[in-house]
Amino acid sequence: MATTLVPSASAGLVQAPVLRRPPRRRVGTVGRILGYAAMIVAAAAVLLPFYWMVISSLKTNNTVFTAPIQWVPEVFQWHNYVDIFTRAEMTTWLKNTLLLSVVVTFLQVLTGSFAAYGFSKVHFRGRDALFLVYVGTIAVPWQAYMIPQFILFSKLHLSNTLWAIIALQAFGAFGVFLMRQFYETVPEELSEAARLDGLSEYGIWRRIMLPLSVPALASLALLTFVNTWNDYLGPLLYLRDRDLWTIQLGLRTFVTQYNTEFALIMTGSVLSVLPVAIIFMLGQRYFVQGIATTGIKG
Amino acid sequence: MSIEVLLDRRQQAVRRRGRLRRHNALVGWSFILPNFVGFAILTLLPVLALFFLAFTGWNAFGNAPWVGSDNFTRMISDRLFHEALYNTVYYTAFHIPLTFAASLGLALLLNRKLRGVAFFRTAAFFPYITSIVAIAVVWNMLFSPEFGPINQFLQALGVSDPPGWTSSTDWSMPAVIIVATWREMGYYMLLFLAGLQTIPADLYEAARVDGAGAWQRFWNVTLPGLRPTTFFVTVMLMIGSFKIFDLILVMTNGGPGTSTVVLSQFIYRKAFVENQFGYASAASIVLFLICITVTVVQFLVNKRREA
Repeated sequence: MATTLVPSASAGLVQAPVLRRPPRRRVGTVGRILGYAAMIVAAAAVLLPFYWMVISSLKTNNTVFTAPIQWVPEVFQWHNYVDIFTRAEMTTWLKNTLLLSVVVTFLQVLTGSFAAYGFSKVHFRGRDALFLVYVGTIAVPWQAYMIPQFILFSKLHLSNTLWAIIALQAFGAFGVFLMRQFYETVPEELSEAARLDGLSEYGIWRRIMLPLSVPALASLALLTFVNTWNDYLGPLLYLRDRDLWTIQLGLRTFVTQYNTEFALIMTGSVLSVLPVAIIFMLGQRYFVQGIATTGIKG
Repeated sequence: MSIEVLLDRRQQAVRRRGRLRRHNALVGWSFILPNFVGFAILTLLPVLALFFLAFTGWNAFGNAPWVGSDNFTRMISDRLFHEALYNTVYYTAFHIPLTFAASLGLALLLNRKLRGVAFFRTAAFFPYITSIVAIAVVWNMLFSPEFGPINQFLQALGVSDPPGWTSSTDWSMPAVIIVATWREMGYYMLLFLAGLQTIPADLYEAARVDGAGAWQRFWNVTLPGLRPTTFFVTVMLMIGSFKIFDLILVMTNGGPGTSTVVLSQFIYRKAFVENQFGYASAASIVLFLICITVTVVQFLVNKRREA
C-alpha cells in the first residue's frame, strides 16, 4: 500500500519547484490536477489502514476477511465495544494507563520546566557542561542501557510496580530540552526587570515564565501523555502482574491469546488509539510546535 | 579619595561578586536538582554501568564475574549476532532512502497552496503518534497472505502470486520496512516543511530569471537550502533505523525463523529471555557505538562541507 506512495512522491518532487510561488505565478491546471491526484493517493495510503481498523471493529468475526472487501459492514456490530470489556480486562488496562500517563505528564512538565529555568536563566559555573550531558543522553538509544537500568530497578524494588514506569518516563531529558529551547526565546530583560522589582528566581519562574510558556507546556504535556500512553517496551519489561498491565501490553497479549477473534482485536485496537486520536485532534497545533522547536519526540 | 579606600571598595566588590556567584550556583542547582536526581540515578548511572557490565559474565544470579573481552570475541563468531547485524543493515539500507524520498516528496507537495493541505498535513502525522502495538496488529491483518486487503489489491492489479509478507522469510523484512516508512514519513515531512519555509523566495526568482528549469531549481536551490534539515533528518533516520525494535517485536517477533531479528532484539533476547546479561550488554555497546559513530561522522562531514 505504501509503495503506491513512491510515484506520487516523485511527482511532487518534480512539480513542486515549478509551482512554488502560487500568489505571483498562476499555477497551471495540469499541475493543480496532478497535485490533487498525488494528495488523494497519499491521503488514501495514510488513512485506509485506520479506516479498515474501524470498520473491522464493527463487523462480525467471519466478515472481517472477505473477498471482495466489505467497505461498509452490513450490520454494525456495536456490541463488540461492550463485549471487549467482558472478554478482556479492558477497564483495568485503561485505568492503569490513564493513571500512569497523568502522573508521568505532571512530573515531567513540573521538573522539566523547573530545571529548564535553571539551565536558561540562572548563570553559574558548569551549567552548560551539565546541559550537554543531558542532551547527550537523548542520542543514546534506550535499548543500549535498558539492561543496567533493569538491574538497578530490580535492586530498588521498583520492578513489577507502576512506580517503575513513572521512574522510567518522568525524569527524561526531553522535557528539560524542550522547555529550555522555549525559555531561550524569552528576552533576558524580562527576568532582569522582575529581579530589579525584587522578585526571587522562584517567583520569576512561577509568575512570569510559567504563564508565558503555556504553549510550550502544552506541547510537552501532550507529547509526554501520548508517549506514555503508547509505551509498550517499558511495561513489557517491568509489569509482570496482570492487574498492573497497561492497554498496550494487554492488547498485545489479547492478540496472542485470541488470535482468531479478528473483530474484537480490532475493537481493542480502536480503543487503544481513540484517546490519542482525540487528544491529537484537540491539540494538533501543540504537537506540531513541540516537534518544530526540538525536532524530536520524547 | 585615597588609594586605601579604592582598594577596599574593590575588595568589597570582588567579595560581593563571589557571594553572588555562589548564590547563583545555589539557586541554579535548586532548579535543576528535582529533575537531575531522577535523571542521574535512572538514566546516567545505567549508561555508565553498561560499560562495566559488558565485560562481565553476569547471568542474573549471584555475582558478575569479570571476563574481559570474552563477550566481544564470542560475538564475532555468533551466527545469530551476524544475522541480527545483517538484518539491521538491510532494514536501514531500505528504510532511510524510502522514508527520505516519501517525506521530502510529501513536504514539497504540501508546500503549495492547494485546498485540503492543512487536513492532509494533520492526517499524515497521525500514524506517528499512534501506538506501535495497534499499528502492528492492523498491518499484520492487512498483510495476511490469503484474504488480506493488500494481497487482494495486488491480485486485482494482476499479480497472480502475491507475496506471503510476514509469513515468508523473504518478505517479512520488506513488510516491516513498508510499515515503518508509512509510520514515520509524516514526522519527517513536518521537519522538511519547516526547512522549506526558510528558503528565501528570491532565490527561486533569480534561478528562474537565469533560465533554470524545474529540476535544476530543485537540485540547485531547494536541496542546498534544505541542507541543515537534510543533515538532521539523516542523522535521526540512521539512529532510528539502527535501534529499530518495538515495531519488529510486535509485528514479527524476529520471525519467521530469524529473518527479522535485529540488533535491539538480539539484545532483548539474550538479556530477558536467556538471562545472559553480560553478553547482551556487550551487544548493547555495539549498538551504542554505532549510533554515536553515525552522529559524529555525519557531524564532521556536514562541518567540512560548510567550510
